[in-house]
Amino acid sequence: MEKIKRRLVVIGNGMAGIRTLEELLKMSADEFDITVFGAEPQPNYNRIMLSPVLSGEMKFQDTVLNDWSWYADNHITLHAGKTISKIDRQHCVVETEDGLSVPYDRLLIATGSNPIMLPVPGAKLAGVIAYRSIDDVEKMLAAAKAGKHAVVIGGGLLGLEAANGLSLQGMDVSVVHLCDWPMERQLDKVGGGLLQTELEKRGLKFFMARQTESLLGTDKVTGLRFKDGEEIAADLVVMAVGIRPNIALAKSAGIHCERGIVVSDTMQTYDPKIYSVGECVQHRGQTYGLVAPLFEQAKVAANHLAQYGRMRYEGSLVSTKLKVTGIDLFSAGDFNPVAGDEELLLQDAARGVYKKLVLRDNKLRGAVMYGDTVDGPWYFQMLRDGTDVSEMREHLLFGQMHIGDSGHGANASVANMPDSAEICGCNGVCKGTIVNTIIDKKLFTLDEVRAHTKASASCGSCTGLVEALLANTLGGDYSAKPSKKPICGCTEHAHQDMQQTIRARGLKTIPDVMQALEWKTPDGCHVCRPALNYYLLAAWPGEYVDDSRSRFINERVHANIQKDGTYSVIPRIWGGVTSPTELRSIAEIAERYGVPTVHITGGQRIGLYGITKDNLPKMWGDLVEAGFVSGHAYGKSLRTVKTCVGSEWCRFGTQDSTGLGIQVEKMTWGSWTPHKFKIAVSGCPRNCAEATIKDFGIVCVDSGYEIHVGGNGGVKVRVTDFLCKVETEAEVLEYCGAFMQLYREEAHYLDRTAPWIERVGLAHIKKHIVEDTAGRTALYARFLESQRYSQDDPWKERAEGKEAHEYVALATI
Amino acid sequence: MDWIQIGTLEDIPRQGSRIVHTEAGEIALFRSVDDQVFALNNRCPHKGGPLAQGIVHGKRVTCPLHSWVIDLASGEAIAPDVGCVHRHEVRNAQGVLLLEAKAGVCKKA
Repeated sequence: MEKIKRRLVVIGNGMAGIRTLEELLKMSADEFDITVFGAEPQPNYNRIMLSPVLSGEMKFQDTVLNDWSWYADNHITLHAGKTISKIDRQHCVVETEDGLSVPYDRLLIATGSNPIMLPVPGAKLAGVIAYRSIDDVEKMLAAAKAGKHAVVIGGGLLGLEAANGLSLQGMDVSVVHLCDWPMERQLDKVGGGLLQTELEKRGLKFFMARQTESLLGTDKVTGLRFKDGEEIAADLVVMAVGIRPNIALAKSAGIHCERGIVVSDTMQTYDPKIYSVGECVQHRGQTYGLVAPLFEQAKVAANHLAQYGRMRYEGSLVSTKLKVTGIDLFSAGDFNPVAGDEELLLQDAARGVYKKLVLRDNKLRGAVMYGDTVDGPWYFQMLRDGTDVSEMREHLLFGQMHIGDSGHGANASVANMPDSAEICGCNGVCKGTIVNTIIDKKLFTLDEVRAHTKASASCGSCTGLVEALLANTLGGDYSAKPSKKPICGCTEHAHQDMQQTIRARGLKTIPDVMQALEWKTPDGCHVCRPALNYYLLAAWPGEYVDDSRSRFINERVHANIQKDGTYSVIPRIWGGVTSPTELRSIAEIAERYGVPTVHITGGQRIGLYGITKDNLPKMWGDLVEAGFVSGHAYGKSLRTVKTCVGSEWCRFGTQDSTGLGIQVEKMTWGSWTPHKFKIAVSGCPRNCAEATIKDFGIVCVDSGYEIHVGGNGGVKVRVTDFLCKVETEAEVLEYCGAFMQLYREEAHYLDRTAPWIERVGLAHIKKHIVEDTAGRTALYARFLESQRYSQDDPWKERAEGKEAHEYVALATI
Repeated sequence: MDWIQIGTLEDIPRQGSRIVHTEAGEIALFRSVDDQVFALNNRCPHKGGPLAQGIVHGKRVTCPLHSWVIDLASGEAIAPDVGCVHRHEVRNAQGVLLLEAKAGVCKKA
């Protein structure tokens, strides 16, 4: 027997309503019979792309998100151009103006908002329009062909985009604004002034701090009169003074409304059968007019409609960006400082750059940027995460880039880059490709851009640039990643949920965690399984049985896969100190196996490349016999401890850096970490071992040992933060073990120490490692305990036959 | 159809893979978490990565080189990537694995 479907009616065929349906279809495709009513005669289009249509940079059909066939393919009944006149809550039926009535089991109201029209005399004249729909844009384009003078009332985001578009269409445009500077809700006075100057250069005229008294004309508008009596000519007047949630229908049905339709964290109205999303809702006292929050709401509403009942909407922090080609502008949070706040300012008039950051209690509260906005997403992320920025205050204003960034030079302004500029150096993706894909495939999120273009999908160093391109292409409406992001598509849960749940509930296997956290796939994927395996390994040393099927190939076979499918073998050379005997053994073994390339690695080891898989166990057997152990050059684990020769030979050396390096390596080798972990010991501040770009760096001085943490010499060069100074080698070992353990327990899988420290703040590390003596001792003890189970040489085990099936073929036919 | 015996189900770890050498190149045999067996050429359609070395999840494998995800039943890459690996018939006869005989025949010959 066929299941009787429930009936879902959606009022509103706009971005929020349809996004909710898309999310719902993803979760349960045949749960509902769906009917959609839309007042506009078009299918769902991307309202935030109206400005590029107006300015002539895009065509309307490019903005259509779901064409007619999408509704048909998903068996959705669409009534476009039909307005609902009544919701009968008692009988659960909606009625249209022309007498159609449709019953519902669940109703979704997504009626959006209406533009505010100023009630001045003349507001009803022909030629006076709002800026809200594609219909308005078409009227504006028609007016631009006929008339000369356009006046835009309202110097906010929308008003300026309209003014810019009309100006590009050849009209003579004036902007009238109540406040002293444009976009006062997104910009402070200085930023607004810079913007005004730039737009004036492009031909816009501004009438600031002026009030409109009336619009002139008999049946068609001809001009505008200010309160002070001055008059200006106008063939077209665009009102862009704001939007108001469209709640008339909901109100008439007796649904509780204030400024908007009041909804709970599950996006339900006071009538539990009726949900609401989008610009028409009021959630925790807030209404939203940007797309990113609407999409978050859509996800939550869909989750509850599908009866998963798992997610809550907890409000959104929003950032904005003006969609005017060639102008870089970004703002987020509270950027008008109040008592007790601190302001950081950078102003460079010649370059046209202005940045203001507002701090409170060492945390970012708000940011305004003009001219150079590439760090906008970075600031926004820290703002949302509440990152303690006290340790990076000095360079905070200069952004993430100043610390160097290999692969794409130092392009600061994405808006000014040519289309041919390479954004993603790993995958060779240019700006033009990314922008076109965002537009063609109608992408909104970083993950979507990664999936379609591969940009920032490899090393991730260009993530900031890709986010800036998204923001630039979509305006402020792109969906920035939420601060708590699901680890992958298999689950709704983030890394921190997994770490906490594993410990709190004593979960000991991957299937147990997947069951407890309601995995959507039977056995996870290549993203979540390695992470879970690591978290379990770190939580239950000696007890958890490592799941080799959830290890990436390199860690599964204890060698690094190369592009041709062969492997590299890199034996451990303690502290980088070797001997003629060791070198002779390596040389003999390399010849015995016909190794094509022998290379000295960056970490002071010798790499043998081009080994076929079936030869690995035999070769390891020979190396083990010569006294070597695995160098773990393939793992998310301790890699190498690099040293200089120190006081034993160097005339500048202050301590025995080689001896200390060997001790540190003997203690730490074999440990698994969230990502690779590198250590170096330099014998004096000349720092020949480059300790200040390592995860843990020791710089010997005459009076002891400086400890530096969180350095990175890779994709994004980051100099270490100075943690503290200690006096003895024993203390170095203790601090090293404690720091590694804190990293092992707290960082997300695949976070290097550098981004981890930038997220949690150095103050957090100091608190646990330097200030809390008992805590440090306990961390160190836990590290040593876990090391008891991790220092069995994996090469020796495999040379003796462990996991032999990994290295031989099943058959030859 | 002619079949060649290549081993047993237990020879392949669950969520794992083994390879079979043939004159036409390597064939990767996969065993999913629910004990289904699949056979594909051991070459990712992207850059020829050895699929047998990837992580097996559901009825998919992720290539170890650049993380393309391949559907084991069809050999198709998961969207938005586009590409296809040649697949072969394989049978599980009470734990004994049989591969179609023509899988090992070199096409050019």
